[in-house]
Amino acid sequence: MATRNAEAYAAANKTYEWGFSSDIEQEFAPKGLSEDTVRFISAKKGEPQWMLDWRLKAFALWQTMEAPDWSKLNVPPIDYQDAYYYAEPKAKPKLGSLDEVDPEILRVYEKLGIPIGEQKMLAGVVEDPLNEDGTPKRRVAVDAVFDSVSVATTFRKELEAAGVIFRSISEAIKEYPDLVRKWLGKVVPQRDNYFATLNSAVFSDGTFVYIPEGVRCPMELSTYFRINAENTGQFERTLIVADKGSYVSYLEGCTAPMRDENQLHAAVVELVVLDDAEIKYSTVQNWYPGDENGVGGIYNFVTKRALCQGKNSKVSWTQVETGSAITWKYPSCVLLGDGSVGEFYSVAVTNNRQQADTGTKMIHLGKNTRSTIVSKGISAGRSDNTYRGLVRVAPTAEGVRNFTQCDSLLLGDQCGAHTVPYIEVRNPSAQIEHEATTSKISEDQLFYAMSRGLDQEAAVALIVNGFAREVLQQLPMEFAVEAQKLLGISLEGSVG
Amino acid sequence: MLKIENLHAEIDGKEILKGLSLEVNAGEVHAIMGPNGAGKSTLGYVLGGRPGYEVTAGSVTFDGVDLLELEAHERAAAGVFLGFQYPVEIPGVSNVQFLREALNAQRATRDEKPLSGGEFLKLARGQADLLGMDYDMLKRPVNVGFSGGEKKRNEMVQMGIVNPKFAILDETDSGLDIDALRVVGDGINRIMRAPDKAVLLITHYQRLLDYVEPDFVHVLADGKIVRSGGKDLAKQLESEGYVGIAA
Repeated sequence: MATRNAEAYAAANKTYEWGFSSDIEQEFAPKGLSEDTVRFISAKKGEPQWMLDWRLKAFALWQTMEAPDWSKLNVPPIDYQDAYYYAEPKAKPKLGSLDEVDPEILRVYEKLGIPIGEQKMLAGVVEDPLNEDGTPKRRVAVDAVFDSVSVATTFRKELEAAGVIFRSISEAIKEYPDLVRKWLGKVVPQRDNYFATLNSAVFSDGTFVYIPEGVRCPMELSTYFRINAENTGQFERTLIVADKGSYVSYLEGCTAPMRDENQLHAAVVELVVLDDAEIKYSTVQNWYPGDENGVGGIYNFVTKRALCQGKNSKVSWTQVETGSAITWKYPSCVLLGDGSVGEFYSVAVTNNRQQADTGTKMIHLGKNTRSTIVSKGISAGRSDNTYRGLVRVAPTAEGVRNFTQCDSLLLGDQCGAHTVPYIEVRNPSAQIEHEATTSKISEDQLFYAMSRGLDQEAAVALIVNGFAREVLQQLPMEFAVEAQKLLGISLEGSVG
Repeated sequence: MLKIENLHAEIDGKEILKGLSLEVNAGEVHAIMGPNGAGKSTLGYVLGGRPGYEVTAGSVTFDGVDLLELEAHERAAAGVFLGFQYPVEIPGVSNVQFLREALNAQRATRDEKPLSGGEFLKLARGQADLLGMDYDMLKRPVNVGFSGGEKKRNEMVQMGIVNPKFAILDETDSGLDIDALRVVGDGINRIMRAPDKAVLLITHYQRLLDYVEPDFVHVLADGKIVRSGGKDLAKQLESEGYVGIAA
């Protein structure tokens, strides 16, 4: 047993497969964080006064706050003055064809596995929208956040025809100030938590989506995030508003290059859902997790929250989390509208020295609100994986139902899996169910699969994908395939 | 085809196989019988390459290749199939997905082209038909919620799909009713009775041997083969028990 563990650890030394770095000239904000930094960012983006004021207010708040320490995470002290808060690729003329896109950027997209078709879309190359047999091609609109600035937004015209607004948030601040002002910070207030407040002060870019009343967004919206500058914190800000009776599916995928310095990522995602509307938000997160000793990985401290404001509104969060050295993330739903529905489907994989403290909060305020939580945690190496979830039922919320299922899978005997459910029910009509299991990947399963011809890594990937299937099948097709591969890659050599 | 010489193997420091020798030629069916704890399943696991079983002495060659040097999946690709006494459940993974990945992994190791989804499904359905297994079972997660008999039938469908050169079948008859026993027996004969193939049947009872007639019967006791003979030996065991024969 001991020998095999040693072999497993040796194999787990495998380097980060998608660790690469590209070389694009940056225009940096001065190093460090001060009011001047906030002003620099705002000026650089040509923001209106109200936006600058909002940022400054957040910055003043942040200076009075302290980093939270209630999670199960061991976070080394972060020197906020030893980082850059703004960088953008050098300005390029308007993108007309693939040739005009910086070849470095294209190379990065290629490594990220962005299909050539989508690369073309980035450059606005118009193709026949139909397949050879006359059926419409499956389409995904991509707003690429390369480093901190949106390089290109595609499919804009077709979305505009449907009335859908899909912009980088910087553009939206200028083009749709009333809409942004109405909702920014309404779901995640500026003072919400240390990292959200920091984000409010220094957010670099992000995405804004508005789906008008009664519109079903004609395509899935997708943003590829990528951190690409040495020592550059990434502070994305996403705001999606689904007006009455509308629907949108939004995909977010991340991967980052190898780094020696720790990189802080503190994003904020706000979703607003009005009557009878639905947002499906899917994430595949694969940021650099650090080396086998945990050195150099991303710190991912994200605040994601949805406000189901309207009657019968619905939000579904699906996440596949395989990256980052430290993950601190609780995509949540405030179920305010009567009959609103919140869902959370999560697969979190930790290997080597990774730490994840992730889960959700379902806040039931409206009558007959329902929520479903399915969490699959997979721990390997010497990692720690915690599910932390809150189900709260307010006194006014009659007829609430919640179902929670938390399953943990352990690979090897030096990792940890923890389940921390908080249940606060203040209305006796609520029905709350909680199921939890912890299991080890069994030698029987491994040997059975291997005796049929699969090598050890393929066998582990197969078993783990089976374990996570309920969550993976919630993902849109192209993401599901990517996510399955990712689970296998993340766990290579981790069996002991 | 298979040559085992003076095989010693242990698990957790306890010696189970204590100098076992056996030679199986192409075209032959050998039955290994013996009392509980004799080392029958250990023999299957050692031949299949299960981690944790340590060979301390002796050799095993398969078609002239040192089998003990190969990992479990390499043995599968070389044509060795191990039918499990207790087939394992893999939740969330469909039978079809499992077998297609496994077969294509074997084919990749042998530098053969992978089968497409359509080609594989045709193959799988053909085998399911021959073994009287419902197509629905192909779509269900591997062995999850299968009855004992269904699991064994599934093992035979798997064997039919991978079409091995050499099969080690560990207690394939346990948990089968008389009809299932016949189906499984027919399956073994159909898939494995060929001049270029061979079978090692590990069994407690003689009843499977009514359907799959062995060319040789060996009695395994305390980690060694203590007696070998023709199919009549199995009948003799059935009537006299192991005690007299092994002694």
